[in-house]
Amino acid sequence: MTRLAGVVVTGAALAAVVAPFFLKPFGIFLISTWVVLTIAAIGLNLTLGYAGQISLAQGAFVGIGAYTVALLTPMGVPFFAAFIVAGLLCFAIGWVLGYPALRVQHHYLAFVTLAFSTLVFLVLRNEEWLTGGIYGIAGTPRPSLFGWSLGGARDFYFLCLGVLALLSLATWWMLRSPWGRAFVALRENPIRALSLGLDTRRYTLMAFAIGSSLGGLSGALYAPLVQFIEPNSFTLNLSFNLLLMVIVGGSGYFFGPFLGALIAVLLPEWLRVTEGYYLIVYAAAVMAMMAFCPTGLLGLIERTAKMLRGRRKAAVTQALTEGAGP
Amino acid sequence: MASFIQLLVSGLATGAIYALIAVGFTLLWQTSQTINFAQGEFVMLPAFFVLAAMNAGASFWLAALIGIALSIVILGVLFKVIIIDPMLKYGVLPLVISTIALSLFLKESVKDFYSSQAQPFPALVPAIDIHVFDAVVSTQSLAVLAVAIVTVVALNLFLNKTRVGRQMQATAQNATLARILGVSVGRMALYTFLLNAVLVAIASILVTPIYLAKFTNGETLGMAAFIAAIIGGFNQVRGAILGGVILGVLDNLSAAYISSQYRGAFPLIILIIVILLRPQGLLGRIEERSV
Repeated sequence: MTRLAGVVVTGAALAAVVAPFFLKPFGIFLISTWVVLTIAAIGLNLTLGYAGQISLAQGAFVGIGAYTVALLTPMGVPFFAAFIVAGLLCFAIGWVLGYPALRVQHHYLAFVTLAFSTLVFLVLRNEEWLTGGIYGIAGTPRPSLFGWSLGGARDFYFLCLGVLALLSLATWWMLRSPWGRAFVALRENPIRALSLGLDTRRYTLMAFAIGSSLGGLSGALYAPLVQFIEPNSFTLNLSFNLLLMVIVGGSGYFFGPFLGALIAVLLPEWLRVTEGYYLIVYAAAVMAMMAFCPTGLLGLIERTAKMLRGRRKAAVTQALTEGAGP
Repeated sequence: MASFIQLLVSGLATGAIYALIAVGFTLLWQTSQTINFAQGEFVMLPAFFVLAAMNAGASFWLAALIGIALSIVILGVLFKVIIIDPMLKYGVLPLVISTIALSLFLKESVKDFYSSQAQPFPALVPAIDIHVFDAVVSTQSLAVLAVAIVTVVALNLFLNKTRVGRQMQATAQNATLARILGVSVGRMALYTFLLNAVLVAIASILVTPIYLAKFTNGETLGMAAFIAAIIGGFNQVRGAILGGVILGVLDNLSAAYISSQYRGAFPLIILIIVILLRPQGLLGRIEERSV
């Protein structure tokens, strides 16, 4: 199974590198969107899948990141500096936001982040002097790297892909470190984690803040990708969509967000035939999935694989016992 | 002063509607640990049942009864049997996701199968302005207030004075003990869902003449219900009532006197302050931290 998974992941990574050479501009835009959303979904997966907290503000953090870059780059701040600022800012906001919520019960973070999402939307819409209000901000420039201009769609896609690769490696490393193991301990058995001396509240807060900062970094790429941002792109709907991506892909699985974001980006295109009913179909599918397999698609795959292996093993034992019989 | 009274009365009327929605919300939480993220859409939907019945030729009052009946069947029984029951064993998180998906489902269904345009909705009483000490108060606000108060009083009488109501409260407080004492816990949970369906249907009929019937109505109403429930105390019916009234009045007064652009922000700020200083809500009991 692990070897098969390795082959699948390598194949998918190769496909991601080769794909833009075979796609039309719209296709390149779609896969770039997939990369950017995956970064945000990885962040949410840390909060939801590993620390077990529901955040309904990931869309708002994407918005904060996007606006940070869109506002800083015209002032002459280099893109990569603005990119870092977006991540740090969202980390700080996540920390301040999570602190009161995590003092109380587990579902309170959902409510606080719900409120926060709406507040961010109101500020983006109303503070015209800063954010341009409903007219948004157009024409965020795409950066260049060591003299390589990333203005073209394909070049910019490779920048996004590179950032995704770096951030997933960092996340992978973090999840393997004692820190990451603490996150998993929180999810699996908080009381035991606490009794083993883990400061559960601090680790939960940390997972949420890091998750939020990944949201900000995703937004920092989103602004130069679409080159027009407005408050309506970052409403609660985006947060809900990101949440569904993580769940559909498989929360708590490292590759869950990749799969979930892919489905969320491609499904509307595939379900064009259903016209306006796409969201109805999607919502119904999510409800069905929650009822039958709340661990998402990867969970479903794992369960099926286990079942198949179990059956094979059972068949082998049966054959052996039959052979050993008198 | 005159405008203050006007704002206060209309704020109380909105607050009373919020209170009805929030009470249903807390009842669901207490008996089955369901955080219903589709509660706003539950308020949006019955208005469309009523409109559909009226389109089929029913008079308003008959249509309202049909709306409440459909709401009991669909938002009460079917919601519990199809969505909640299969998922209770997985805990709170999948339920939250599922109700979020449900809210999307209901919103999009109404948009695609009924209309994406706001539909006019008949008011309970003709709009006549009454003058009280130079303030102008609309009969509509008074009617909303009256219906909401009657509903809340009836609900309290039901919960405190009837056998079934007391059994429901017992189930909410300690399901295991209630079962030992012979209360049919499963049936009480079902009654809670039916009660919630009635409350949202009444709220829908009260609120829709003001907002018009539109598929997006649930977004603000659902948020108001959450905030009201948390401000007042998540585990108390009277907390939800208090929270709803505070929210409605505050919303109207702050929009008029502080900033209408940030009208939506004040409830959120109050919410964050309450969570910071008094997380169990104004009237709530502290629950043991469940893990």
